[in-house]
Amino acid sequence: MMKLVQWLWGLAILGSTWVALTTGALGLELPLSCQEVLWPLPAYMLVSTGCYALDTVGCHVATFHDCEDATRKLQSQIQEAQADLARSGLRF
Amino acid sequence: MASLEVSRSPLRSRRELEVRSTRQDKCSVLLPTYNERENLPLIVWLLVKSFSESGINYEIIIIDDGSPDGTKDVAEQLEKIYGSDRILLRPREKKLGLGTAYIHGMKHATGNYIIIMDADLSHHPKFIPEFIRKQKEGNFDIVSGTRYKGNGGVYGWDLKRKIIRLYRKEVLEKLIEKCVSKGYVFQMEMIVRARQLNYTIGEVPISFVDRVYGESKLGGNEIISFLRGLLTLFATT
Repeated sequence: MMKLVQWLWGLAILGSTWVALTTGALGLELPLSCQEVLWPLPAYMLVSTGCYALDTVGCHVATFHDCEDATRKLQSQIQEAQADLARSGLRF
Repeated sequence: MASLEVSRSPLRSRRELEVRSTRQDKCSVLLPTYNERENLPLIVWLLVKSFSESGINYEIIIIDDGSPDGTKDVAEQLEKIYGSDRILLRPREKKLGLGTAYIHGMKHATGNYIIIMDADLSHHPKFIPEFIRKQKEGNFDIVSGTRYKGNGGVYGWDLKRKIIRLYRKEVLEKLIEKCVSKGYVFQMEMIVRARQLNYTIGEVPISFVDRVYGESKLGGNEIISFLRGLLTLFATT
């Protein structure tokens, strides 16, 4: 249960902190600029996480090496293998 | 004089041990197959070539799950060609899953290194000596092939999970004991458990070439069960 529990705990702590701060439950008087940033923070974090995920996948896909050389070599080795095996008596 | 002798002999015996262990190294390749009649002779030929050229002692264990296309016949022919000390046939009656295929294969493995790979030519056996070299370099418990680093890469837009890994025999035995998932998810769970048990993992860049023959056995169903397996792993480790 470890990873899931860890994440739930983390979210619970962050979530309750956010609720406490935005509803003024702790009796803190935060300056208006802070409140303006704090209020949409969860939505912002969600969108940022989504963007980061897409970015990472996109970057990896874009920078994948194309192994044309390896393919050509493999094709010629397959021919070699088929000839050699036929010589050794393999019935394909 | 006495102290000089004492300091010299541990070094010599360590070197002797290294030489002896290289001579005793044996690689057992586990090859679960299902409908690989076309690919099997090719992968075996490439394996034999790589091992012979690098002078590594080896055996190839073919675990066929009752393939309807006659994979077992081809395997038997290969056994005649290369010898039953090199090609070990350990077939099963029907499709019983990847995890159990490995367990079954391991029972007959006599090597100290176990290689797990696909029989469909997605991985070229030429990398295997690299794996062994890497293992010795860092005394790793597991060496995994990666397409994302170094000279690694793909040909053909097949981003499916194809895994080639080398395990030290004791490590694989321990991990298989602990793993509970089935199918392709099993491979992921192995790494998660390995991490938990603090096993060291090394990486070797490999190139992956898309399937040459045959149809892939990864359909929509497999993807769903893959995601389910992933979530299960998340909730249970």
